[in-house]
Amino acid sequence: MPDAVITVENLSKSYLLGHRTGDHTLRDVIGREARNFTRKAIDVFRGRQVVQGDEVEEFWALKNVSLQVKKGEVLGIIGRNGAGKSTLLKILTRITEPTEGQVVLRGRVASLLEVGTGFHPELTGRENIFLNGAILGMTQREIRKKFDNIVTFADVEKFLDTPVKHYSSGMYVRLAFAVAAHLEPEILIIDEVLAVGDAEFQKKCLGKMDEVSRREGRTVLFVSHNMGVITSLCPSVIWLDRGSIREHGATRPIIGKYLAHKIPSLDPVVQLDCISRPHYLQDDRLRLGSLEWLSGLPLRHGEPIKARIHFKTRASVANVTIGIGFSTFEGRRLLTYETDFQDGFRPSIPRPGVHSVDITIDSLPLAPDLYDLDVGCRSGENHPLDYIPSAINLEVIPGPNTPGNIVGKDAAVYLACKWEWKCEV
Amino acid sequence: MQDVIVIEAGRRERNYWLDLWRYRELFRVLAWRDLSVRYKQTVIGVLWALIRPVLTMVVFTIIFGQIARLPSDGTAPYPLMVLAGILPWTFFSTGLSEASNSLINNANLISKVYFPRLIVPTATVVVALVDFLISFSILVLMMAWYQFLPGWQILVLPVFVLLAFFASIGPALWITALNVKYRDFRYVIPFIVQFGLYVSPVGFSSSVVPEQWRLLYSLNPMVGVIDGFRWCILGGQSGLYAPGLAVSIGVTAFFLWFGIRRFRAMEKSFADLI
Repeated sequence: MPDAVITVENLSKSYLLGHRTGDHTLRDVIGREARNFTRKAIDVFRGRQVVQGDEVEEFWALKNVSLQVKKGEVLGIIGRNGAGKSTLLKILTRITEPTEGQVVLRGRVASLLEVGTGFHPELTGRENIFLNGAILGMTQREIRKKFDNIVTFADVEKFLDTPVKHYSSGMYVRLAFAVAAHLEPEILIIDEVLAVGDAEFQKKCLGKMDEVSRREGRTVLFVSHNMGVITSLCPSVIWLDRGSIREHGATRPIIGKYLAHKIPSLDPVVQLDCISRPHYLQDDRLRLGSLEWLSGLPLRHGEPIKARIHFKTRASVANVTIGIGFSTFEGRRLLTYETDFQDGFRPSIPRPGVHSVDITIDSLPLAPDLYDLDVGCRSGENHPLDYIPSAINLEVIPGPNTPGNIVGKDAAVYLACKWEWKCEV
Repeated sequence: MQDVIVIEAGRRERNYWLDLWRYRELFRVLAWRDLSVRYKQTVIGVLWALIRPVLTMVVFTIIFGQIARLPSDGTAPYPLMVLAGILPWTFFSTGLSEASNSLINNANLISKVYFPRLIVPTATVVVALVDFLISFSILVLMMAWYQFLPGWQILVLPVFVLLAFFASIGPALWITALNVKYRDFRYVIPFIVQFGLYVSPVGFSSSVVPEQWRLLYSLNPMVGVIDGFRWCILGGQSGLYAPGLAVSIGVTAFFLWFGIRRFRAMEKSFADLI
């Protein structure tokens, strides 16, 4: 195909994973440690990749992926966490090399994986525009030419000579997106960047992307968990599942199948630390570790829920708020619970450690249906510390007091409240 | 015509040096970033680059010159001889320690953008070089104070600056690559630097080393560099021990080759490991 801008052929990528076998006797342990130490020492010396553990397993993050993207096409990429989306993007942006297969790219690639990458907190907004531009592959002359446009787009004129560490996180993302959006690459790769920033700025970004693809004939690859945005932006999608392409074609039917395929989790403990985070998170002082459903699963409408969130801090964090949210599969948030909502109490955690917070919901107002669970944490009003959108899929089933006639109706929230009848006869 | 990029296993290896040249602008910008950030939020800023060598010179002159009564090179004043050793040593040790941690300090860059990774540690050594040039002004002042005029040998000095650059970048490349996977190596560096200060002829002249041991002593690449510096700065007062210099250059060249080789072998997996 002559007008293919991206040609991917039989692309595969494997990682090595280490496993630990059971410990039996002290002698076994000593013998094993000695063997492992020798193996690691030899690996270090030879410069090979060293794997922790006793048995080494090969894991294929991508397996035989073939794909062609035409000039001006806007292609959405969907799939669950760990389906290989990030690995595919990392190979296309040359961050990591494939194990097998080949990719041919015609034109300059820019990716918004790297929004704000290389921003230095001590440097001013002006200096960071030049630094970030160079990291993204622009020449200094190009940046000077586009400098005014970038500043106007990001709306930060007043703070150009302020170090970016004093920026709000919204300003930070705006400036970062503005630099990346003015790179004018032939191929633009966008990975979940639009989850931050206010609604107005999101609209501006979506408009810019639309302009980039439609008017300028650039190719866009777009990864998102937000099916609404995917449907409105991308005429076609690929659905990645366990490292392979499961479906490739028109967006609507595939998204329908993808949503139907989501299976609700019934695991009483949700491991959060192994789920990859959105790329815009800059602060790693606090990491959410797991969420434990103390009152069990499935969740029942109108019934109480008790859950415990475990988290770790690596350094002192001030004014912490933790929250969970329920969203539709299209990415629309329906319900949010946050620790500071009623009393404004936000504890400060002075030193590294392992902590937990318990949440009790007296009566779950969500109507029986399938939902995505989002878990997040911030410091102060709006400084994001950790955020995991669609950590798992959950099913809410009817509770003992749920009237049979609400199941399958449109409303997402059914709340009890006080009614007073006055019937005049 | 637009450029065509082909990605496949092992491909990066073949275009390695060409790629490095293409990214020269990023190299400049990263060095500029490190420089402008270096003394932010410090009260006396760039004065740090002067205070450290001056204080070390005072202490070493008192300990080695006054208390231990070690001889200087020829008739050169002892403080001047010490300073001519401290400057290259500080350049080497800052370069080595900063470059060794450079990949980890730039982890977010490496896991998110592609560029030849060799740029990162090399740009850090350039920062150490600028520090060196600043502190060199002390030497000029000291020479004026002692009314000590250098000979023609001073013209050869850039060659030894380059040698010091290579001596620090070689091992640094190897260690920074290892550091990505095993953070153990960040504890090794302060040890090497502290230890090296005493086994290198910084506070004393290498002429105090007995003749039969000097060749062996030159296996330390900094011996050649510091001797070279003294020869250039103090003029004929400090004799240049040619076989020793050759050995030091040989060791430096070996580490440079070995460092680049190891770095390139491990470079591919940086983004997966960091």
